[in-house]
Amino acid sequence: MDEFLKQWIPNVIAYKSRFLTSLSQTGEMTLRSGLIAFAIGLALGVVLTVCKKDGIRPNAIIYRVVDVFVNLFRAIPFIILLIFLIPFTRMLVGTAIGVKGALVPLVFGCVPFYTRQVEAALASVDGGKVEAARSMGSSTLGIIFRVYLHEAVPDLIRATTITAISLIGLTTMAGAVGAGGIGSFAINYGQNQNHQDIVNVCVIILLVFVSLLQFLGTLMARRTTNRGLFRRGDQK
Amino acid sequence: MIEITNLSKTFALKGRTVDAVRDVSLTIEDGDIFGVIGYSGAGKSTLVRCLNLLETPDSGKLQINQSGLITIEGGKVYHGPDKKPMREKQLNAMRRSIGMIFQHFNLLDRSTVFENVAYPLKYSGMSRAEISERVMEMLKLVDLTEKRDAYPSQLSGGQKQRVAIARALANHPQVLLSDEATSALDPDATESILSLLRSLNEKLGLTIVMITHEMAVIKSICRHVAVMEDGRVVEQGSVYDIFAHPKQDITKHFVASASALNRVDKLMAEDSPLVAVGKGELLVKLLFSRNSVGDSVISQISRDFNVSINIVLASVEVLEGAPLGGMVAIVKGDADKVNAALQWLNDHQVEVEVLRRG
Repeated sequence: MDEFLKQWIPNVIAYKSRFLTSLSQTGEMTLRSGLIAFAIGLALGVVLTVCKKDGIRPNAIIYRVVDVFVNLFRAIPFIILLIFLIPFTRMLVGTAIGVKGALVPLVFGCVPFYTRQVEAALASVDGGKVEAARSMGSSTLGIIFRVYLHEAVPDLIRATTITAISLIGLTTMAGAVGAGGIGSFAINYGQNQNHQDIVNVCVIILLVFVSLLQFLGTLMARRTTNRGLFRRGDQK
Repeated sequence: MIEITNLSKTFALKGRTVDAVRDVSLTIEDGDIFGVIGYSGAGKSTLVRCLNLLETPDSGKLQINQSGLITIEGGKVYHGPDKKPMREKQLNAMRRSIGMIFQHFNLLDRSTVFENVAYPLKYSGMSRAEISERVMEMLKLVDLTEKRDAYPSQLSGGQKQRVAIARALANHPQVLLSDEATSALDPDATESILSLLRSLNEKLGLTIVMITHEMAVIKSICRHVAVMEDGRVVEQGSVYDIFAHPKQDITKHFVASASALNRVDKLMAEDSPLVAVGKGELLVKLLFSRNSVGDSVISQISRDFNVSINIVLASVEVLEGAPLGGMVAIVKGDADKVNAALQWLNDHQVEVEVLRRG
C-alpha cells in the first residue's frame, strides 16, 4: 500500500504532516466559523421574516438595517472582504492572521448568504399555518419556534448544506491571511512547486467531502419532510 | 353573545384603498349557527378575521362572550370600559377563547395528529398527562382516535378538517369561526363535516360563525344568515325567512342558486318542449311556505276550479324543521277559472308567479 501511494502521489506522502495539518485547519475553520455563522444567520433570517411588512411583528427600521447589511456584505467578493476586514478583525480578536484571524471574515462572508437562505426557507412556510397559530393565541416566540422553524426544518437543512459547501469554498481563500488550510496547501506546495499530484489529491479530498455533505443533507431533508426525523411512519 | 358594532376595515393596496368591511353591525346569540354569505371579495373573510383580531379593524366595537368590551379607534385596539390599550397577553387570551378553522386546514405537516391538537395546550399550564387526556377527548369528539400518530399527509381532506376542528376546540372555546371550512372538500366530506359541526353545536352549545359562498351550506346547518355585498351586510334574518322571502337582488340570486326550481329558467331559455304552453295555458311558479305546504292545495284547485295542472318541476325542502318549496306547473282551463284558481292560491299564502302565457 505504502509503495503504491509513494508511486502515485509521492509529493503528498513527502509533505504528509503538512497535508494533514492543512486538512485539520480547513476542518477547524469550517466548523468554527460555520457554527457561529449558523447561529447568526438563523437569527437574522428569523428577524427578516418576522419584521417584514406582512410579518408577525412588522418593524420597518430593523428590517431595513438587516436587509442593507446583508446586501452590502453579499456584494463584496470574499477575497476583497478578507483584506478589507483586517483592521476590524484585529480589533475584535487581537490578530488578523492565522486560523483565528480568518474566522471573522469567514463569518462575514457566510452570514449574508445564509441569512438569505434562511429567509427563503421560512418564506416557504404556508402563511395559513402562521395564521392558525395566531388564531390559537400563540405568542411571537411560539410562532417562531413552533411554526416557522419547526415546519421549515427540511428547507433549513438544505439551506445549511448549501451554505456549508460554499463555506468550504471560502476557507480555501483564507490562505491569503496565512490561515493555511487545504487551499493554500494546494497552491503553495502543489501549484507553486509544480507538484500536480498534490493538487489532484486536494481536489479529490474536497470532492469527496462535499459530496458526502450533500448526500447527508439531502437524506436528512428528505427524512424530515412531513414528519419528525427519528420517527417511524410510512410515507406516501 | 357576539356583538359587532359599526365595524369598518379599509385596506391600502398599491395606492388605492379597498373598503373590505363597511360599518357592519351584527348580533349573534349564544348557541347559534350564524352564516355569513357573499361572493369572494364581499368582505366576509375580513369580517370574521376582525372577530379574533387577526385583522385589526380601523374602527368599531366588539364584545365576544366574556372577552370584555373591545373598542377600536383609528386602528388601535382598546380593552375594557376604561379603554386601556389592549395588551398582547389579553389579546392572546381572547384568541384562545375563540376557535377557528380554515379552508386549507392549516395543520402542521411535520407534527402528528396528536401534536397538532396539543399545539394550543402547550405552555397553557396543563401537565403532560392533562394535555394527553384533553387531546384524546378531542380526538374522540371528532372520531379520529385511531389516527393519533398519523401525519397530515396521510389523511384525507375531511380527516384533516376534523383534526383542525379538534385543535380549534382544544381550549374549550365557546365560539368557533369557520372560514370556508368545507370549500376545499368533496360533497361527502362536506356533509360529514357539516353534520359534525351541527352535533358539536348541539352537544357543547358551541356558537358557530360560518363563512361561505355556498348557499347549500347555509341551508344545511345555519339558523341565521347575513348576506354581505361590497363590505356591507345587505340583508339578515333567520335562514327560513331569507329563503322564503329574499329581498335584495343578491340574496334572491343566492337563494335561486340553491333551488331546484331555478332550472326552469334554463328550460325556458332552451325552449324546451317541457315548458311550452299551448293556447290558454299558463306556465306558473308556485312558492309554498310553512303555512301552505302540506295543505292539499293542488288537488283542491283542480277539483274546485276544474283546471288541470301539469307539474314540470317540484321541490320541497325542510329548513329549520319547517317545509319550504315550490313547483313549476302548466295550468290549463277556462281563462276565468284559471284566474280564480290563481287568486285562490294567492289567498292561501302561495306565492304565484306567471312565467309564460300561451
